[in-house]
Amino acid sequence: MAASPSPSLDALRAEIRAIERGGPVRAARPVVPFGLPEVDDRLAGGGLAPALHEAAGVSPDAGDDAAATLFLAALAARFSRAAGTGQVLWALARRDLFAPGLAQAGLTPDRLLFAQCGDDAEILAVMEEGVRHGSLAAVIGEVKRADMAAARRLQLAAEEGGTPAFLLRRWRKADAEPLAAPSAACTRWRIGCAPSSPLPYGIDPTEGLGRARWRVALVRQRGGPPHDWLLETPDAEARFALPAPAGDRADLAGGEERRAA
Amino acid sequence: MPTPTFPNGSAVREATIVSRGHWNPGARWAREPVVRRRSLRIAEGALVTYARTGNRDLIAAACPEARALGIAPGMTLAKARVLVRGLDVRPADHAGDAAWLERLGLFAARRWTPRAALSGPDGLWLDLSGVAHLFGGEAQMCRRILAFCRRLGFGARIAVARTAGAAHALARFGGEPLLLCPPGSEADLLAPMPLAALRLDEDALSAASRLGLERVGELIAMPRAPLQRRFGEALLTRLDQALGRASEPFEPIVPEEPRSILLRFMEPIASAEAIAEASGEAVRRLVPLLAEAGLGVRRLVLLCQRVDNDVQAVLVSLARATRDGAHLHALLCGKIETIEPGFGIERLRLVAARVEPLGARPIEGEMAGARPAPDLATLIDRLAARLGARRIHRLGAVESDLPERSVRALDPLAPPESWPDWPRPVRLLHPPEPVEGVLAPLPDGAPARFRWRGRSYKVAAADGPERLYGEWWRHKKEQAAVRDYFQVEDQEGARFWLFRNGDGEDHTTGDLSWHMHGLFA
Repeated sequence: MAASPSPSLDALRAEIRAIERGGPVRAARPVVPFGLPEVDDRLAGGGLAPALHEAAGVSPDAGDDAAATLFLAALAARFSRAAGTGQVLWALARRDLFAPGLAQAGLTPDRLLFAQCGDDAEILAVMEEGVRHGSLAAVIGEVKRADMAAARRLQLAAEEGGTPAFLLRRWRKADAEPLAAPSAACTRWRIGCAPSSPLPYGIDPTEGLGRARWRVALVRQRGGPPHDWLLETPDAEARFALPAPAGDRADLAGGEERRAA
Repeated sequence: MPTPTFPNGSAVREATIVSRGHWNPGARWAREPVVRRRSLRIAEGALVTYARTGNRDLIAAACPEARALGIAPGMTLAKARVLVRGLDVRPADHAGDAAWLERLGLFAARRWTPRAALSGPDGLWLDLSGVAHLFGGEAQMCRRILAFCRRLGFGARIAVARTAGAAHALARFGGEPLLLCPPGSEADLLAPMPLAALRLDEDALSAASRLGLERVGELIAMPRAPLQRRFGEALLTRLDQALGRASEPFEPIVPEEPRSILLRFMEPIASAEAIAEASGEAVRRLVPLLAEAGLGVRRLVLLCQRVDNDVQAVLVSLARATRDGAHLHALLCGKIETIEPGFGIERLRLVAARVEPLGARPIEGEMAGARPAPDLATLIDRLAARLGARRIHRLGAVESDLPERSVRALDPLAPPESWPDWPRPVRLLHPPEPVEGVLAPLPDGAPARFRWRGRSYKVAAADGPERLYGEWWRHKKEQAAVRDYFQVEDQEGARFWLFRNGDGEDHTTGDLSWHMHGLFA
């Protein structure tokens, strides 16, 4: 949903936000867009607001979990780049995150600060401290369990501090969908891997890989309907892309003879 | 600085430690035990340092091996090289030596005696009056000091005498590692020493040698008036100082006391609010002290002395020097719950245990109209107080090809370096997990299918291999090791980072087992 054309509707929305928050509306930091009109037009406000956002893998598979991780890393990198060299705090309890991979999604090591926490409660407390401080561009935390009260607390802190909080909900069990329980998050995303299109010159599919793709589902957002997209993974400057429509793609190997350029 | 003098004939005893003739303090190998051991093992690897004097390179210090081979400090480097082949020669580091000596002096002033002073570039004076009995008497104390120096890697000699001048002379020319001069016998012991022992300048020494004066004893026996006419006042002063007839100023090393605030309470306090209030008051009083000295605190210790004399300590470390009272108080308050007040706290001492100079800093971004971002250091302090200082960090690059070694933790305010642009996964499995049922053509084909964590995957597309070699300089078994990394995508689009041990041709490079090392997104 694009920004509303009617100022009175905007005023009403602001009033509702103020009631929800239980206080007067502070001049919020501007939203940070995805940079893709197809995505931004569907987001209430035209981008991501500095609030709580949640993401999870579509399945408990390790690949989908990695996709959700990198998705949030790229969003945080976009906030960091919007603020020059904004600092991002990453609160984590497991030690399997690999920083060189994050740097390739735009979250370079000079933007990234790690906090090694003991458990989920500590992660949430560190995230809250981070968003309230106001000096960070974004805060990311990876948790297995966060109840409604904790999410609401984090959401309020994020809006007060004007700093986005990204919560990666990791799967605990194969049948416990992390996004099933309600949450106070502003947006909730479910990310899954999707097959990439083969390289145009590939004679053999074992000879190279195209840009990876995700099925990005916005399962809930405040002030707008859900939607889903097929996106290409972020590049080194945290830019997402839409796959080229089938008609515009270069010919595949084994197909017709390539047209002259 | 106070410069106390020694009254004539007082019972003051001086010990002088010198390290001349052995290692100078600060000689690098003393701090690098590995290097030292290695150099000792090689028979011909005798080590000397040299310094340039005029246009000649002179030996400044020589290790015991080199001295056994006939090399002495003061010899020209060229001559030493002719005498001993394969000599390990390094430039002398006088500033480093002086810094070490000063540290040693500071340690002595804190541990052994309240009055310690530097004595030339290679010695220390310790005033033993009134402290020797604490260490079991003069002889025992000196032996302990010698053992301490030996543990540090320094050779040392100690002489104890009634005057600083005599101790200086006996330590350097006495020829024994430990020389205790009985009170009153300075003149007897000094008599056979060369005149250089008296700390005379070059002119006086050469004039004396022209006159055939060699020993201190000859000087003592001579009438004073002609001596003064011939050599001036300085020689007699030195002689009198050595024999205790004249006083000598003493410039002690004064260790800096950490700035602290002590609060005493009328009634013992026990509640968290009261402790918070009291620590706030202590911070309020400490900050002006720091501001006056232009210092910021890096480590703050709050010592709470309880009624039963137990002391509870709270330690706060800061990422950057600061004297922001509100911030310091907030950090202290976060740790109050770790204090066990027991029956109550009587006294509270706030100590700025580690301080750094803190001057004015330019404000960034103000002129351009941009809003300056709040300081990250305060957040780091708070998180470090909550989690522990080592658990808040940055990750930076290490020059290593192997992925599990390419990342290291850095200080949160340090600027990290990034990694080269090879494709790397988001999640790294450590240790790599074994992968079974791999179907891949040798020597360098990508896998077509594999089993991992009990599931079969069929590969739709792949890229590789990226060949990484073992780091032979770390482990012997990595000498020939090779890993071939493949980035594969399964039919659902998930991307994996697999590697095979070995290059597929030579069995010494690996056993061809496959492993899962990471996940791309």
